[in-house]
Amino acid sequence: METDAIWLTFRLAGVTTLALLVLGAPLAWWLARTRSAIKPVIEAVTALPLVLPPTVLGFYLLILFNPEAPIGRLWVQLSGDTLTFSFEGLVAASILYSLPFMVQPLQSAFTAVGRAPLEAAASLRAHPLDAFLTVAAPLAGRGFLTATVLTFAHTVGEFGVVLMVGGNIPGETRVVSIAIYEQVETLRYADAHALAAALLTFCAIALLAVYAANRKFPTHVG
Amino acid sequence: MSADFRGGAARAAAASAGALALDIDIELPLGNFHLQCAERLQMDGVTAVFGPSGAGKSALLRSIAGFEPATGRVALGDDVWLDTAAGVRVPAHRRSVGYMFQDARLFPHLSVGGNLRYAARRARGGAPSFDDVVAALDLAALLRRRPSALSGGERQRVALGRTLLAKPALLLLDEPLAALDSARKADILPYLEALPAQFGMPTLYVSHAIDEVARLARRTLVLAQGRARAFGPTAAVLQRLDVQSIAGPIEASVLVQARVTRHDLHYRLTWLELGGQPIATPLNGSLAPGALAQVRIRARDVALATARPTALSIRNVFAGRLTELVAQADSPFAEAAVDVAGQCLRARITRAAADDLGLAVGMNVYALVKSVSFDA
Repeated sequence: METDAIWLTFRLAGVTTLALLVLGAPLAWWLARTRSAIKPVIEAVTALPLVLPPTVLGFYLLILFNPEAPIGRLWVQLSGDTLTFSFEGLVAASILYSLPFMVQPLQSAFTAVGRAPLEAAASLRAHPLDAFLTVAAPLAGRGFLTATVLTFAHTVGEFGVVLMVGGNIPGETRVVSIAIYEQVETLRYADAHALAAALLTFCAIALLAVYAANRKFPTHVG
Repeated sequence: MSADFRGGAARAAAASAGALALDIDIELPLGNFHLQCAERLQMDGVTAVFGPSGAGKSALLRSIAGFEPATGRVALGDDVWLDTAAGVRVPAHRRSVGYMFQDARLFPHLSVGGNLRYAARRARGGAPSFDDVVAALDLAALLRRRPSALSGGERQRVALGRTLLAKPALLLLDEPLAALDSARKADILPYLEALPAQFGMPTLYVSHAIDEVARLARRTLVLAQGRARAFGPTAAVLQRLDVQSIAGPIEASVLVQARVTRHDLHYRLTWLELGGQPIATPLNGSLAPGALAQVRIRARDVALATARPTALSIRNVFAGRLTELVAQADSPFAEAAVDVAGQCLRARITRAAADDLGLAVGMNVYALVKSVSFDA
């Protein structure tokens, strides 16, 4: 069994999900509440990874992360390592690739919460961060659950971007989907079967958990 | 140091005299009109903001609370919350206002007790104790319940308690009874009537229901089409014909203050005195002799005569002077105002009768009051 690949996949998905919770929640919050004219632009950019072929995203990221390019060079200067063909590069790529899976459920959850409970909190002297943590976030709990599980599962399932940006370095960038691809290429069907079934089972259970929780989670309307 | 002391003492004296003033001079675009309101409201007990639906009443309250991007100036006493000219816009959570919403807006993920503690934890010094508020609003039995398991009236009681616990310097009540049926209203009204004073919070009360305004408010601000049309003592403001025309199809009536003289158990009447003249009302044992009662007299229950009538079943006849007579050509009725010992009665008579009697402003007339009702 490809334990290295499995461990790496879950590490990548975990780090990506945590990073997206920190980055995506404020973005979703802003999108849900802003009346700014640039909101549609940001929404479109956020949704791009949904429709873009992963190879296209991966190709551009490969060019951006190249040590000769400004971002790639900056990273090399800061960390001494390259972004391409490294775990850090995979995390950065996955954050972009999975962004809509975090932002969209959260944005609709925050929109559903609306301004009313936050006005009530403000009238009780809760400052905005206090009101977010004690009122908006609990009321958007279902959105957080959905966004977290979808982001994690989607990152586990990513392939094209990883292949373009990370390659196939065992313990560094060789995730489960890459391992399956390689096993099929080298005609090791039995290994591919085992790994593919494991991934299928995991994703099915994750989605089942989301939908089951969505049924039981209180909706807090009214 | 002594100057400081005097200043503090003067402020304290002003506060205890209820002289805290709410200065409003704001402008806010609102759909098809502008809210434009410049008034200095002496915040003494409950002040009503009254007007027809869509007059901008809630927008005014929301602007005071900091929920709307109004421009201009809002200050409570020395506390400036908005001064666009000086670049001051205090965010809502730093304005010491408590806002009670029409839809209660309890936090659905917290129990009733959780909602109350949310406010208590963020309260300023001098806040009422949790137990006092729970007792005053009879909330003890509800503390473990979820807001979704409460009736509309219970929700508003909890919302009022939550707002009181935050100890705001100004209480804003935005049609808190509008979503309730009349039985529930009657449950909540006594709390709204007693608690702001009991917990020492001046209150702005928005309503389009004239009976609530008449019952609760010492002063009333009338708003129509986003403009302030009148401000003053409630009874005086509600009597003005121009206010009544703004307020739309409300029933013309007046509130008068009358002193209770005695109860007549045989005829089941309570006798009041208005400007030296007795009024009989159905027996109301809850009023002690000597107490001042608020009495509502509807215009359609008042007839006018130019001579004191005799042999009449109507017992309440008042000598007064005609101060206002408004007749409109497209209506069969004329509205008249009669001054009785400094209080105003309103009469609704036909235009034909007004012409037959030769009524004119300044004449001495007799107002015949067919029935009166107690208003709290």
